Amino acid sequence: MAETGTERPFVHFDGVQKSYDGETLVVKNLNLEIAPGEFVTMLGPSGSGKTTCLMMLAGFEAATHGEIFLKGQPINNVPPHKRNIGMVFQNYALFPHMTVAENLAFPLQVRKMRRRDVKEKVARALGMVQMDEFGNRKPAQLSGGQQQRVALARALVFEPELVLMDEPLGALDKQLREHMQYEIKHIHEQLGVTVVYVTHDQSEALTMSDRIAVFDDGVIQQLAPPSILYEQPDNAFVAQFIGENNRLPGKVTAIENGVARVALDQGGEVCALAINCGDVGGRTVLSIRPERVQVNSASLQNRLDGNVLELIYLGDHIRCRMQVAGRDDFIVKVPNSPEHAMLREGETCTVGWNTEDCRALDLAAHAM
Amino acid sequence: MTDATATHGPDGLLLAADGTPLKTKLRESMRASRMRAFGLVLPLLLFVMASFIIPIMMLLWTGVYNATYAVNMPASAPLMQAWDGSSEPTEAMAEAMVADLIAARKAKTIGKVASRVNRELSGTRSLFTKTARRAAKMEAPFMATLVDRDKDWADVETWRAIKTAATSLTPAYYAAAVDAKYTATGDFEMQGEERQIHLKLFWKTIWVSGAVMFACLFLGYPVAYLLAHLPAKRANLLMILVLLPFWTSLLVRTTAWIAMLQSQGVLNDIFVWIGITGDDQRFSLIYNMTGTLIAMTHILLPFMILPIYSVMRAIPPSHVRAAKSLGATNSTAFWRVYFPATIPGIGAGGLLVFILSIGYYITPALVGGQDGQLISNFIAYHMQKSLNWSLAAALGGILLAIVLILYWLYDRIVGIDNMKLG
Ligand SMILES: Nc1ncnc2c1ncn2[C@@H]1O[C@H](COP(=O)(O)OP(=O)(O)OP(=O)(O)O)[C@@H](O)[C@H]1O
Ligand SMILES: [Mg+2]
Repeated sequence: MAETGTERPFVHFDGVQKSYDGETLVVKNLNLEIAPGEFVTMLGPSGSGKTTCLMMLAGFEAATHGEIFLKGQPINNVPPHKRNIGMVFQNYALFPHMTVAENLAFPLQVRKMRRRDVKEKVARALGMVQMDEFGNRKPAQLSGGQQQRVALARALVFEPELVLMDEPLGALDKQLREHMQYEIKHIHEQLGVTVVYVTHDQSEALTMSDRIAVFDDGVIQQLAPPSILYEQPDNAFVAQFIGENNRLPGKVTAIENGVARVALDQGGEVCALAINCGDVGGRTVLSIRPERVQVNSASLQNRLDGNVLELIYLGDHIRCRMQVAGRDDFIVKVPNSPEHAMLREGETCTVGWNTEDCRALDLAAHAM
Repeated sequence: MTDATATHGPDGLLLAADGTPLKTKLRESMRASRMRAFGLVLPLLLFVMASFIIPIMMLLWTGVYNATYAVNMPASAPLMQAWDGSSEPTEAMAEAMVADLIAARKAKTIGKVASRVNRELSGTRSLFTKTARRAAKMEAPFMATLVDRDKDWADVETWRAIKTAATSLTPAYYAAAVDAKYTATGDFEMQGEERQIHLKLFWKTIWVSGAVMFACLFLGYPVAYLLAHLPAKRANLLMILVLLPFWTSLLVRTTAWIAMLQSQGVLNDIFVWIGITGDDQRFSLIYNMTGTLIAMTHILLPFMILPIYSVMRAIPPSHVRAAKSLGATNSTAFWRVYFPATIPGIGAGGLLVFILSIGYYITPALVGGQDGQLISNFIAYHMQKSLNWSLAAALGGILLAIVLILYWLYDRIVGIDNMKLG
């Protein structure tokens, strides 16, 4: 699906900017290409401009600058109802005075489809989301999860090639949300539609997407498949936003073959991949995932002293908060297996990591 | 083995820890809170009872009960009520009549009684007052003396009119309110076509109320839409303009209407100026039905706008967006998604405007002229001028019934729970 890079992009944002008030840019120079059949998620904190991007694609907001292409055609001047884009809204936006079946029939009726075909397609769409028996209910008589399924079926029933979803699972509880994530994913695979999905739940994004665009402050910070995003974040914002992350501030003293030597503020010198750390003498933040830190392992290049502050038993692993290099929020995940040493609170030990697991990033989003 | 908290009594009822049935216990504990709730609404309840419910009940009662004759003519009233209305009037009736006439003249209530009977048969007022003046000198046989005095006493119609007036509890006023006549023999007769004033007025009132309601809907709906979709700052300004009629005093408002609508007024000047009409054929926009319609629409408009506005405010913008994303054009999205969602507001506003205008009084009285008068102006006339309170009460009772029927119809068709007043 994601490997269709040779084809013409299905959706193409070309230098798109958006401002509501003429003073601040909510979306700054957005360039994004989405391949046919791809599942792309826009992930970012609240107010980062995700919904705005989706609304521009759906046609409810006009881009202040730049052009959006759908299948190679510019669509800035195409009204929303002619774009043939399915959309699932956060509050579902089911029409309360129509039954479930009438809701599903609506997009078919406005397309002047024959009554028999409408009935058949509605039945099929209801079957797809396992809501066959609920056709005669009003939306108010459905649970949140059921309403969500109906909204999904309604966005798909007229067979659009592109479906937009703006935090469709935001109102559901955790368990139902996880269940629906798989269901949406399966429907996506089954139908082969292109999906642009918006969420600010990172685990949701990681579970479902082919590629994730991490938004912050109106800019895509990184656009990559989930594994790359997690293991090779381009900057401190992405590293911090996706998954858990230990940060150590310091100063670059040398760069050699893509490896930077960094003198930590609290003493000690370690090596890290020079990703986004500027030149020698610049300040940087090191980023290490908690599960890549090893305790009392003598064979590693980078080692620091640590002091165990807190241990939390989590079954498969033990979460250990330590004081390392003057910071007491350094987290280590110690696997619960016989070859790993058992730690005790107050104990002093060494922590270490491989150079390839540690990335020297920019300072920008370093909040502390 | 007993459960510590709840056990079962001999009759199978659940018992509380101290052995009393759980239901009794629950009722006891509820009583205090119920008493408190009652205490909180008591002042309002008394106020509503004293100022609203009791007067309305009394008025409705006045519409079917008028004891003017029975109270002031105590001797003849029971005889008249007992009389069958078709046989020859008896000497006993005449004797009681003469005694009553003497007493009523002394008590100075003869005028009231005469008017009361006159309402049943015109011309009897002078018969009563004249006869009463001579009654003191009358002697047996009374019937002959009465007829001697005035030959109308020989007419059985006169006695029938007296019998009708003597019956205190009577449907006569309700009959009169719908242009029928309740006869002494207990039948109803419709009045001739040309004398049916009340029915025509009722129809006119309903027609005007409907027209005002639709005018308010057509003028108010777009304004409500604008109010609901404008940015808050400008919406507030517009809202003030909408509410302005409420805040101006009645006199100022009426003067403004006169200045605008009279034949030498602003509107007519404009019409002449742009050539819609000639200077010698200006429209008459006030002191007629047109005046009533314009003024009532103006004053009732906010009652239509506000409920629709509050319903529109609650419609999520995503609904219309969803409709468009599903392929609906602007007008389809409006008629199939937006408009149905506003129906509760339209229902509430429509019902409110209709019910208010069906009983509207001041505005038609001020700007309605002759043919712009509605049923409530007639009620006021009977209350203040003709002093026929019973007829006024009957007309009012019918008005109340119409409103209740409308309310019931609305509930059947739209559903009262569907109504949103704000
Ligand atoms: N209609 C509007 N008028 C003015 N400003 C707006 C409008 N809609 C959004 N904004 C502003 O644009 C910025 C981005 O909003 P947007 O809704 O795109 O954020 P988001 O990423 O979807 O956030 P969330 O995760 O909270 O939904 C916000 O600062 C918001 O205040
Ligand atoms: Mg949003």
